[in-house]
Amino acid sequence: MAYDLKMRVWRGDAEGGELTDYTVEVSEGEVVLDALHRLQATQTGDLAIRWNCKAGKCGSCSAEINGRPRLLCMTRLSDFEPSETITVTPMRTFPVIRDLVTDVSFNYEKARELPYAELGPRDADGKRRMMQVDVERGQEFRKCIECYLCQDVCHVVRDHEDNKQHFAGPRFFIRYAELDMHPLDTHDRRKLAQDAAGLGMCNITKCCTEVCPEGIHITDNGIIPMKERVVDRKYDPLVWLGNKIGLRSKDDEGRTEV
Amino acid sequence: MTGNEMSPEARGGMERHAYDVVVIGAGGAGLRAAIAAHEAGARTAVVCKSLLGKAHTVMAEGGAAAALGNRWPEDTWQVHFRDTMRGGKMLNNWRMAQLHAQEAPERVLELEDWGALFDRTEDGLISQRDFGGHRYARLAHVGDRTGLELIRTLQQRTVQLGVDVFMECTVTEVLKQDGRVAGAFGYWRETGRFVTFEAPSVILATGGIGKSYKVTSNSWEYTGDGHALALRAGADLINMEFVQFHPTGMVWPPSVKGLLVTESVRGDGGILTNSEGKRFMFDYIPEFFRAETADTVEEADAWYDDKKNNRRPPELLPRDEVARAINSEIKAGRGSPHGGIFLDIASRRDADYIRKRLPSMYHQFKELADVDITAEPMEIGPTCHYVMGGVEVDPDTQQSAVPGLYAAGEVSGGMHGSNRLGGNSLSDLLVFGKRAGESAAAYATTGERPAVAEADVKAAQADALAPFDVAAGPGGGGENPYTIQHDLQQAMNDLVGIIRTAPELEESLGELARLKERADRMVVEGHRQYNPGWHLALDLRNMLLVSECIAKAALARQESRGGHTRDDFPGPDPEWGAKNLVLSLDESGHGVDIAEKPLPVMPDDLQQLFQDT
Repeated sequence: MAYDLKMRVWRGDAEGGELTDYTVEVSEGEVVLDALHRLQATQTGDLAIRWNCKAGKCGSCSAEINGRPRLLCMTRLSDFEPSETITVTPMRTFPVIRDLVTDVSFNYEKARELPYAELGPRDADGKRRMMQVDVERGQEFRKCIECYLCQDVCHVVRDHEDNKQHFAGPRFFIRYAELDMHPLDTHDRRKLAQDAAGLGMCNITKCCTEVCPEGIHITDNGIIPMKERVVDRKYDPLVWLGNKIGLRSKDDEGRTEV
Repeated sequence: MTGNEMSPEARGGMERHAYDVVVIGAGGAGLRAAIAAHEAGARTAVVCKSLLGKAHTVMAEGGAAAALGNRWPEDTWQVHFRDTMRGGKMLNNWRMAQLHAQEAPERVLELEDWGALFDRTEDGLISQRDFGGHRYARLAHVGDRTGLELIRTLQQRTVQLGVDVFMECTVTEVLKQDGRVAGAFGYWRETGRFVTFEAPSVILATGGIGKSYKVTSNSWEYTGDGHALALRAGADLINMEFVQFHPTGMVWPPSVKGLLVTESVRGDGGILTNSEGKRFMFDYIPEFFRAETADTVEEADAWYDDKKNNRRPPELLPRDEVARAINSEIKAGRGSPHGGIFLDIASRRDADYIRKRLPSMYHQFKELADVDITAEPMEIGPTCHYVMGGVEVDPDTQQSAVPGLYAAGEVSGGMHGSNRLGGNSLSDLLVFGKRAGESAAAYATTGERPAVAEADVKAAQADALAPFDVAAGPGGGGENPYTIQHDLQQAMNDLVGIIRTAPELEESLGELARLKERADRMVVEGHRQYNPGWHLALDLRNMLLVSECIAKAALARQESRGGHTRDDFPGPDPEWGAKNLVLSLDESGHGVDIAEKPLPVMPDDLQQLFQDT
């Protein structure tokens, strides 16, 4: 069941580069990463690819396949016609280091600006109690493998380099949502999400949700509920009035604003 | 700093950093060690080959074993200790197994303090699931992606504390002065430039060796770096003959052969059947576990709900037993179409339950093999998964024979004896990561700081650049590192695999010697910037050295025990059960010497735990 696959792979570095044509033998059941590995082993030993688990669990091998942001290890060759040429390019939103490897340090810088879980004390027996139904909301976001495909596809940063400074991106909005939905967390981070992370710049085109290899409902379950909660706090006239005249608001559910 | 960049003043030259503690590896053990060292007041850096959060821990599925007693109040550290020792066929370092069982619960609860969201019991406590070799449901878990939860929690904690992380940076040598650690030398994968760390304490947390095998569940990073760094620094390795073959890896399609299928499938009710539809594990219950294993289907099935009156299903025997049984069934011609056997949960549990408890497995089979595990059985077979052997350390401090050099997690040896129980790895990382971090910090902040010798740095630099410099060998072109890796994996799989014999092991040593010669003639193309061919060439030296340790120890141990099965010595031998095999670097510096060493003797009060049933 082996056949010759035609590939076009972007080769180059920060100075520039170009699509290079290759033909490589592949077989049934293989994924795009297999084809690239065979290229590496037999034709071009220095082809730079970032990868780790080859099982869709670590989120290292993000790239664009025929223009679509995907994991190289989870894209099966059987999704394409054997005669089709498969084009592989690096993620466009991040600066190229070499070939298919990009500099994703933007994401690590944003991660350092994030708040953290702040739980109250444990129960008397030294344990904590939370109900399954309550942890499940946050668990959906903790499935994130940090492949950064959502960050790559998000047009707020993909097409506007200067937005990067003020915008954390979908990966980190769901981190805010996760903390906000943590049943035992004690902080209210809505102001932070709106001001520091730039939640308001997202206009919910849902591109991030579409490319998420983990199927996380980034927009519907993460970003939109966060936006609604920010709006409640910021624009609800009764809450506004209450704050103004010093009434204690129930809106924060006992959480401390940070 | 992310570390993912060069400092401007270091352009073209050597980058230098000074720390108290340098942790090599950013999996569970490395991050937990870094957190502990930082909290103890040490200036700490983590150096890792990949991006932060991608380490192999991320692939752990089932859970972290800890006697929290949330499901079964009868579960205590003593029961966990006993299960661990018996699972390792009593070859474990008893003190490590004791500390592990005692401290694992608090290490898990601590993760929750830091934001981890484990699955819950009906009472809202951390849920615990059944796994092979564990008497009670003991594994704290998040669906079947517990490793991801663990690494993300530790990663976020590390970033919160502001620990420096050097990502995509590979350490090639541990540097010493007067017999103790002085630092480490490595290169940035991104630029190929060199970096020297000056530090009195270095913690190895580099994981395992699985990439030396063809069929493995391990990622590319598992090239035995820490094992080899320790040997070259003068430390010893123990138990290297014990390699765990996980019973259930995917067998089809070829692209994913070896990919892990979590033991949770069996813990949650899955069974193993052969091509005749027979639930064959009942035929493979060993004498050692007969008293605690169900011998009828009725009893096995009743155990899931009533553990007091029933014994464990044979599918949940320790991994070494199950892997051997599967291997025998396949060899006897009762395998599945693609050379495995069947793992069936579809006929045992409803689709909703399966999707909820095993979401990653559902996804993995659907996406990669077009198999719906809620409707049909999976095809699986053994895959190289874990090395029990590793750096010999002090059980309380994790210090090796070299002052200032520590090891934690898979790279350390002793904790798991001849076979590790599932779920004991994630807890091992946490318990001994913390211990290593604390001892390394305490050591680093006492006494005078050693200095890195310039000559050692120069030598390390020359070694790292060798693959670019080697002229084509006599009689033609140089060797391609990818080809050598491929041949090594084939040799280890065929000759030092799950079932071993003296002639094959002898053959493997010959083959390894030839591969080493070829590796001396390796040539890489291109330049130093993000060049995977060069990176592989450097990793290969570690793989070859560590493979030699495995083969030599496997040939020496003339018995079968845990993750070491000799066809020519089929049973365990009590004499061998009282000693470890110790490996050290030989005089030439290119091979290893082997010696026997008596096992530490367990004190009477702990011995007592094995007298009762």
